[in-house]
Amino acid sequence: MRVATGYGSRPSGGGFETFSWYFFRVSGVLLIFLAIIHLFLNHVATDVSCTSYQLISIRYENPFWRLYDWLLLTLALLHGMNGLRIVVDDYVRTRGWRLTLLSAVGVLTLVFFLLGTITLITFHPVAGALGPNCIK
Amino acid sequence: MYKGQSGMWSWLLHRITGLGILLFLLIHIVDISLLGFGPKVYNDGIALFGLTIVRLLSLALIGGLLYHSFNGVRIMLIDFWPKGARYQGTMFVVVMILTIVCFLPMAYFVIAPAFGINPGNMASGM
Repeated sequence: MRVATGYGSRPSGGGFETFSWYFFRVSGVLLIFLAIIHLFLNHVATDVSCTSYQLISIRYENPFWRLYDWLLLTLALLHGMNGLRIVVDDYVRTRGWRLTLLSAVGVLTLVFFLLGTITLITFHPVAGALGPNCIK
Repeated sequence: MYKGQSGMWSWLLHRITGLGILLFLLIHIVDISLLGFGPKVYNDGIALFGLTIVRLLSLALIGGLLYHSFNGVRIMLIDFWPKGARYQGTMFVVVMILTIVCFLPMAYFVIAPAFGINPGNMASGM
């Protein structure tokens, strides 16, 4: 084990992979709080069947929650897709497949990011018809 | 590319839970986008989350997410704490214990309604 240096091995030199290495850790720390609080709010503090249109309408009146969810969306998507990129990198060796799959990862990232962002920005409750508070 | 020196299983589980969470995330982004289609469509989607099979899948997600988080902290301790590599084995045990300990109460809240039990967090009962 290389413990002589006193800390774990890490990528040296600049470049995208170094950035990616640090990004995993920085985004990971933020995600721990964002994700676990999100789980708590939607599965423990209330039951998931009560996270209805009505609840979301009330919650999203406050822009803080839209920002919170957007941050969770962005960081989780980038953290996860970067991981998927590395998984493809590890197992896919032929040039054709690498091009196809890595492009797919990029496109999927963009599409899902846009879908989520647009939802969070444009959501406006239908006036007067919020529906039930819990779904049976 | 980062080459970890911790146990192979911890790395493999980290990868598997990561992919599982990512898959859920993609589905989740789509179901939340249903908000744009109004209360009827969105609530119909939410109704799916109350199904028992989906509650069980939610348990898998929660367990996976807790493991991935705690093991992520372990990885960072290995990276940034001088004694991290020496204690990686112990830390793995701690990760497993923490995962299980945090999982059990959350699992109760998620699965109790499937048995008709109100775990005390539902607005006007089921």
